Amino acid sequence: MIYRATGVINFAQGSLVVLGAFLTHQFAVRMGLPFVLAVLLAMAVAAGASMVIERLVLRPLVGQPLFASILVTLGLVFVIEQLCAAIWGYDVVLIGDPWGVRTLAAGGVTVKLLDLWSLGLTAVVVAGLFTLFRRSTLGVAMRAAASDPEAALAHGISPRTIHALSWGIAGAIAVIAGILSSAGPKGVDLTLGLVAFRAFPAMILGGMDSTEGAVAGGLIIGLTEVMTAAYVTPSATWLGGNFHIVMPYLLMILILIVRPYGLFGTAEVRRV
Amino acid sequence: MKRLRNLRLTIRYEDDLVLFRTRLAKTGLVLLLAVGAALPLLLGDFWITILVHAGIAAVGAIGLNILTGFTGQVSLGHAFFLGIGAYAAAFLAGRWNLPFPIWLIGGAALGGVIGGLAGPFALRLRGHYLAIVSLGLLFLGNHVFEHWTSLTGGLTGTAVSAPVAIGSFDLGNLRGVGLPLTRNQGFFYFTWAVVLVLGLAARNLLRSRPGRALQAVRDRDQAAEVIGVSLVHWKVGAFVVSSGYAACAGAMYAAFARYVSPLDWGLFLSIQYVAMIVVGGIGSVAGSILGALFLTLLPHLVEAASSRLPFVAATGSRGGITVFTLNQMLFGLLIIGFLLWEPLGLIELGRRLKRYFGAWPFSY
Repeated sequence: MIYRATGVINFAQGSLVVLGAFLTHQFAVRMGLPFVLAVLLAMAVAAGASMVIERLVLRPLVGQPLFASILVTLGLVFVIEQLCAAIWGYDVVLIGDPWGVRTLAAGGVTVKLLDLWSLGLTAVVVAGLFTLFRRSTLGVAMRAAASDPEAALAHGISPRTIHALSWGIAGAIAVIAGILSSAGPKGVDLTLGLVAFRAFPAMILGGMDSTEGAVAGGLIIGLTEVMTAAYVTPSATWLGGNFHIVMPYLLMILILIVRPYGLFGTAEVRRV
Repeated sequence: MKRLRNLRLTIRYEDDLVLFRTRLAKTGLVLLLAVGAALPLLLGDFWITILVHAGIAAVGAIGLNILTGFTGQVSLGHAFFLGIGAYAAAFLAGRWNLPFPIWLIGGAALGGVIGGLAGPFALRLRGHYLAIVSLGLLFLGNHVFEHWTSLTGGLTGTAVSAPVAIGSFDLGNLRGVGLPLTRNQGFFYFTWAVVLVLGLAARNLLRSRPGRALQAVRDRDQAAEVIGVSLVHWKVGAFVVSSGYAACAGAMYAAFARYVSPLDWGLFLSIQYVAMIVVGGIGSVAGSILGALFLTLLPHLVEAASSRLPFVAATGSRGGITVFTLNQMLFGLLIIGFLLWEPLGLIELGRRLKRYFGAWPFSY
């Protein structure tokens, strides 16, 4: 998301997810607000926080070498996570979601209510982003700002506003990701941030500048992981017990050797 | 006029190439060596241990700086190569009982070879893609370290007996040859001697033709290729040298710690190395050493000072700032702060001071 609009890859996205989940915990459990209100509040706060981060940390680095922005987001990981730890501690806390462990039985199939909500919300977010990038003026402006800030500026698009906005949206989405991955009896603690590192293979596999690619990449990675866990790991014990966890990375590396810009990514044309 | 002549301005290309610009730089190095030689005799065992770790980190950081600082290839997989070096030392010295120079060089060579195999990724991938693939390599490497039990001992780790000894002259047991030095003191001299040798080697490499080629690749790879700098040659070469340095650091770590666990070589270690070169100085050998020293010492200094800080809590389960939290936060803030305000690191601060006082009383 952020990459699409700002050309910066955000290693701190996972920390934003953690922050979002903790904020929800703060509003829903500690302050006792209704869950939906708590989520909305958390989204607002996380969006605001991301925009502040963008303004303070990322904007001064515009035009600097690429690795500076990679590293600065890595630095943010430590700051955000430890801030969370300082405020909410290292223990697992519940976020007070309404779904809990309830299940829904339909046609002989029992599904957890939470899973349905996860699927639904994910679909909504993905569809929303897809439309945003493809159809809306804002989306086009975002893509323009990412691909050529100067040309975008000449067309009356302010890359600054766009960057701030896209960080804000990413912050809000991180809250949704945060509540979905820590709802129910699981709760949230700092290890949640690691989930984001597992999103990178999906993102890069599909091609970093492509939303369809991210979805396709996610599906491929998810399926590979489950299939490997089910079929490969038991039969090939010499590969080690948790082989399915690293399988996505192996797949990613193999695919990137053949297609350096991912499956759906556009090859970067370089002129001399 | 006389004062101006003392400035040693760069007026010829040769001025950029010399190893020591001024007699002062040479004297400085000698002084530094003297202080370094005296340090282990003055400090307690605890701080000597930390300085040994800093020396090991310095070797790894120089390696990463060759790759990231000079060639511009961002790698988050550096810890993987340190791990290779450590296990190579464990195997060569522990299983085959090879003598000290051979396991050290062998470990470095193995790291270099595997780095050379990883190098071609850099030819296909650029920027973000390379950073994430190196991250993938790191995770794959960690998986191998954890599961290749016969070699690494799996999650329980493996004990390493890699004596730093030539004949009966054993750095781990200097009392045996009549020197009144502890194991830590012996290792201090050994580690920092290696830092000195490898640091000068890197400096030598980077001020000459290879250094210029690497910087050309970093700054404009296509232009470099057009004027005849082979990307294949130099990118892979940078990976080989950098991984070799890392593996050497890993081997020294294994020899010093006498125990290696696969959990030692995770993402955090990689990020630490990246932070070292950012804080110390991107594209500077002395900067790598400075950064390694600074970031290795910092947590211990914070810990030592924490008892005086009122806001530091003893336990963090209910929130509040612990020493660990404070350290991690400082670590993150340091990376961000240096990138924002002093992207060339501590070494640039030093250079600026030198320039300022060199031209005193003029501000340029």
